[in-house]
Amino acid sequence: MTTGLTEMTAATAQQTAGPYWHLIDFPEWADLLRAEGPNAGLPGPRITLSGRITDGAGTPAADALVEVWQADAAGSYDPPFHGFGRCATDEAGVFRFQTLRPGAVPGAGNVIQAPHITLAIFSRGLMKHLVTRVYFSGEPRNATDPVLEAAGPRAGTLIAQETAPGAWRLDIVLQGAGETVFLDV
Amino acid sequence: MPDTRAAAYRRPGPTTQPAYDSPGYGSTKLRHPTLPLLRMPHTVSETRAPTMSPVDYPATNDMTKLAHGREAMGERIIVAGRVLDEDGRPVRGAMVEVWQANAAGRYNHPGDVHDAPLDPDFIGRARIFVDDDGWYRFTSIRPGAYPWRNHHNAWRPLHIHYSLFGAGFAQRMITQMYFPGDPLLALDPIWNAIPDADARDGLVAKFDLDITQPEFSLGYRFDITLRGAAATPFEDHDDGAH
Repeated sequence: MTTGLTEMTAATAQQTAGPYWHLIDFPEWADLLRAEGPNAGLPGPRITLSGRITDGAGTPAADALVEVWQADAAGSYDPPFHGFGRCATDEAGVFRFQTLRPGAVPGAGNVIQAPHITLAIFSRGLMKHLVTRVYFSGEPRNATDPVLEAAGPRAGTLIAQETAPGAWRLDIVLQGAGETVFLDV
Repeated sequence: MPDTRAAAYRRPGPTTQPAYDSPGYGSTKLRHPTLPLLRMPHTVSETRAPTMSPVDYPATNDMTKLAHGREAMGERIIVAGRVLDEDGRPVRGAMVEVWQANAAGRYNHPGDVHDAPLDPDFIGRARIFVDDDGWYRFTSIRPGAYPWRNHHNAWRPLHIHYSLFGAGFAQRMITQMYFPGDPLLALDPIWNAIPDADARDGLVAKFDLDITQPEFSLGYRFDITLRGAAATPFEDHDDGAH
């Protein structure tokens, strides 16, 4: 087992966020474009992203913490755009963000990834957070995106639908029929 | 934070993290995925992370005092430690959020109906930023134990919740810090869901006389390790360690 490498300390174990993480919920963070916020006044196509989270019995997860992480409309993760938001699900298990529609971002090698938003879900009953992605229906680059390709027949669980102009919806199924593809990041 | 930003992050060893499906913790039953997670090479979406700046996220490192100046009830504690990556490099500027129950074992939260007093002078949250040497520090109150309904006569050990942002979103994590000598730890299904004993012990703070301040407060040391850089985008922990 000797390696010649410097001895490493293993990453600290994760533990559930539990039911009382609302102490770190600041509802305004769900609006990435809020006045006085880091993105106030930034240009780009405004969208809402919402969805309902349900468990293996189809019951809404009414106590989940959802975070988004995304690039700006030009596909950049750099400032000035601050692509982070946080939202508590409501009694119906629904989260809702106001943000900019992201652009395509680089992937491995010469690959361009289709526009997407990374979603992290924390809650009671989740020992570690779950990570997934939200893609946009009708986006031509979806056809060549490596994650959607790897998801195969389940790729639809990652693709949001536009229910009204600028209003995107993707429901998340934690377990069972229609289970969302989660990423082992 | 360019010095700890990586092209990819190592995957944790399988026994160092709790499984999503942990039957001892009843709430996992309907919330754990049943299909394998999709493992993909890391891209910029995983290796970049939001810059959490105290300009946008003001720091609050003392849970014992609210704006009105009255002090929270309970035994004052100072908790300090370092946030490093697996290669021992400080994760400079990392934002750390902490939250906890009050001294009586009750959260300032409408969902917490435990029959224990709320303290009007204690909310139970703080936000700290890691300094250039990797250190963070905050002042609080030793939290109380509280019952939960996971099984008969179930009580959570004393704990403080931690939320951390690293240099890459793949380093994002939430965990809990426990207190040394707590008899409830051995009975706790959430802590015991971590297979590896060293990994479990890593979540238990140590009493520290150097952090303890005379005539003021006991001190505890709690270090956190975030995932380190991988040599290749597909590398997992074993590849890196052997």
